[in-house]
Amino acid sequence: MDGGLVLLGGGSGGNGGGGGSSGVSTTESAVLSKVEVVSEACSYPAETELELGLGLSLGSGGSSTGKTKAANSSWGECGRILTAKDFPSVVSQRTNNGGPSSVAVSGTKRAAESVSHDSGSPTGVSQVVGWPPIRAYRMNSLVNQAKAQRGDEGDSGIGEKDKPKDALKKKLNYNGKQTSSATVNEKGYLGFVKVNMDGIPIGRKVDLNAHSSYESLAQALEDMFLRSANSLEKEPLTMASKLLDGSSEFVLTYEDKEGDWMLVGDVPWRMFVRSVRRLRIMRTSEANGLAPRFNESNDRQRSKPI
Amino acid sequence: MESSELKRSKDSVNSCESARRSSFPDEVLERVLSLLKSHRDRSSVSLVCKDWYNAERWSRTHVFIGNCYSVSPEIVARRFPRIRSVTLKGKPRFSDFNLVPENWGADIHAWLVVFAAEYPFLEELRLKRMAISDESLEFLAVSFPNFKALSLLSCDGFSTNGLAAIATHCKNLTELDIQENGIDDIGGSWLSCFPESFTTLEVLNFANLTSDINFDALEKLVGRCKSMRVLKLNRSVSLEQLQRLLVNAPQLAELGTGLFSQELTIREYEELESALSNCKNMHTLSGLWDATGIYLPALYLACTHLTFLNLSYAALQSVELAKLLAHCPQLKRLWVLDTVEDKGLEAVGLNCPLLEELRVFPADPFDDEIVHGVTEAGFVAVSFGCPRLHYVLYFCRQMTNAAVATIVQNCPDFTHFRLCIMNPGQPDYLTNEPMDEAFGAVVRTCTKLQRLSVSGLLTDLTFEYIGRYAKNLETLSVAFAGRSDWGMQCVLGGCPKLRKLEIRDCPFGNAALLSGLEKYESMRSLWMSACNVTMNGCRLLAREMPWLNVEVMKEDGSDDSQADKVYVYRSIAGPRRDAPPSVLTL
Repeated sequence: MDGGLVLLGGGSGGNGGGGGSSGVSTTESAVLSKVEVVSEACSYPAETELELGLGLSLGSGGSSTGKTKAANSSWGECGRILTAKDFPSVVSQRTNNGGPSSVAVSGTKRAAESVSHDSGSPTGVSQVVGWPPIRAYRMNSLVNQAKAQRGDEGDSGIGEKDKPKDALKKKLNYNGKQTSSATVNEKGYLGFVKVNMDGIPIGRKVDLNAHSSYESLAQALEDMFLRSANSLEKEPLTMASKLLDGSSEFVLTYEDKEGDWMLVGDVPWRMFVRSVRRLRIMRTSEANGLAPRFNESNDRQRSKPI
Repeated sequence: MESSELKRSKDSVNSCESARRSSFPDEVLERVLSLLKSHRDRSSVSLVCKDWYNAERWSRTHVFIGNCYSVSPEIVARRFPRIRSVTLKGKPRFSDFNLVPENWGADIHAWLVVFAAEYPFLEELRLKRMAISDESLEFLAVSFPNFKALSLLSCDGFSTNGLAAIATHCKNLTELDIQENGIDDIGGSWLSCFPESFTTLEVLNFANLTSDINFDALEKLVGRCKSMRVLKLNRSVSLEQLQRLLVNAPQLAELGTGLFSQELTIREYEELESALSNCKNMHTLSGLWDATGIYLPALYLACTHLTFLNLSYAALQSVELAKLLAHCPQLKRLWVLDTVEDKGLEAVGLNCPLLEELRVFPADPFDDEIVHGVTEAGFVAVSFGCPRLHYVLYFCRQMTNAAVATIVQNCPDFTHFRLCIMNPGQPDYLTNEPMDEAFGAVVRTCTKLQRLSVSGLLTDLTFEYIGRYAKNLETLSVAFAGRSDWGMQCVLGGCPKLRKLEIRDCPFGNAALLSGLEKYESMRSLWMSACNVTMNGCRLLAREMPWLNVEVMKEDGSDDSQADKVYVYRSIAGPRRDAPPSVLTL
């Protein structure tokens, strides 16, 4: 039926730097109501929404309410490719991101947080001017490298140092104006990785440089492989995707530089991009051993507690 | 020449005592002393007696000034009449990390003006953390007809136009070394400014620049400078262009590649590999931006005699590094990014028994959500395999006291131990204790230690250890550490050879600051920022010690009585007159 290739979204999932599993309740009902509307293709019972929401928090980033308002949740919950986030045992201690949420805002001096020498949980690295002690020149190079890999990203994080921020900003401008175009072009070919889907003889290529997140990648893969297959609901939304009937039939996996096959979504995007060699959309039934409790949870995920 | 000879005979007449004792002609003494290169030796020599003082000053051709404000150009010119080479350092080191206001000072121009008058035959100028404008570069280029070598490290204030002036006017240039500067990179036409007849360049390093350069001009330049031994390209130079350059310069001893990733045909790859392996003299390799496993093998044959490999701009994985290191048996210095992880460092330990220096930089310094990069395990692995290790700079996210103890047991010859646990104030992650014992082990075991940077959760005990054991320590960097004034007092009370002390974000106050009154005159400088020092404390220090310059940098919106950033240094030039309004000289 509908082959919906979806990476688990779910607005109720973690926000920002968390991976935390709270806050499901408010969004849950919204999700449920959406699901009801589009019901026939979706055979998941209500609880599913909860732990599905636990999964890879694609496109959430704090915008959970936003997501569920949009009708995209109608796709999200009914079929998707499982990723590492679906298996909490695999996911590392990301939930323990305690204290200051030092999410990717590099080098910014946050107000008023004094460094307490006695505290057991030291303030995050990202809060302090001029720390770690890396020369501005090297920092700029890192920024440009990262930018080239990501293909986007306001790198203002590193640039927004407190006092001599102008100096550093100035320096970034010197580098930024040239490097972003040149290096992205240079790295262009490296950004393409092969993608194969089980059951489809012809593989495709996807440009990783064109994406800055897992959800964006999932969207692209979906377009690529399932556009033709599916003719049902076509929601004109950024995160819209086709409905997939049946249980989570597909899993998105990748081969890394060392030849190991891993579940997509386990590591930060940047790390993933650096280490991925090729992608495979694998049938769930074949993805044994990719996650410790995979088989078990395969049956139980619908009733998995939050 | 005549006047100088007159002057010399007058001096020797004055030093009658030594004239009686030794019938050493001045010329001979000068000739002997001219062989002395170390500026410290020369300082010692100059203290022996008046004769020797004079012989030394007349024979000195290179002067090293570690703090440009400790002395004035006029004083230097008066004492050393025959200087041909100058090394000058300016801003405090923490300016590298944006802790010093941009217009702080350390401008080279006043020096150049004096040099133009007193040292018209100046040949070399090496600057670190100085401010230098395009006008100054142009002035330099036209004022010294014999000028040969310019090296700029961590400087700022100039653009590629200044480089163009150098290229245009310095007919005898042998060295142009532009490193890690805050340069305004306007464009690459500066390379074309080297005249067609120009052939003397031996060192060309423009890795700092980000813009595209005129490759045609570069190719011709490299082609006609047959004595070129150091060539460090910038990112804009492709692999294919690199190959073309190397074909014409197989004599290179130090190579910095450009971007090390590009789609090459098999033939192009083989040509590159061949060109690289033809560089039989190559002992230093750097650049390698964006290098990946695909093209690294092209380097394998070129690495046989490599002693210094700088991979700090190539985010390699452990396997890639391991494969590369298998071809680098002679390696003595290695710089890497922490993307190689502990596994990569294990490969270092296995493949590089001669290693003396290791620097591991963080690829993602601000992402402390996920633990990646290197840990204590990698460092320990290196220490087991590389007993000659004596210089380390290590950025990591976790460390233990036990690991450090093991490391220094394996490598007791450390001279430079710079450990940066990136989360400020982080304890031993296994025992949750402070990292005091780690650094205690370092200072107790490594008796030759000259430079130490500490990090992690540290009490005053660390500083007790340092003060008690670090007898050869010259430079100490401290951040987010200590419990009370006692810590800093221990250091100032011990460490007889201490020259540079830089402290940030520590609970040291006036009592600590003032306990070093006597000490600061034997030191080059002291930096304290975000500590508990007040303006009154600084004023007291300034009042008591007339030979010290005490400068305070105020931050906007801070308490009037707090001295946010304090920089103290000895000087015979008196307080400086070029300080910006944000810097108060007390």
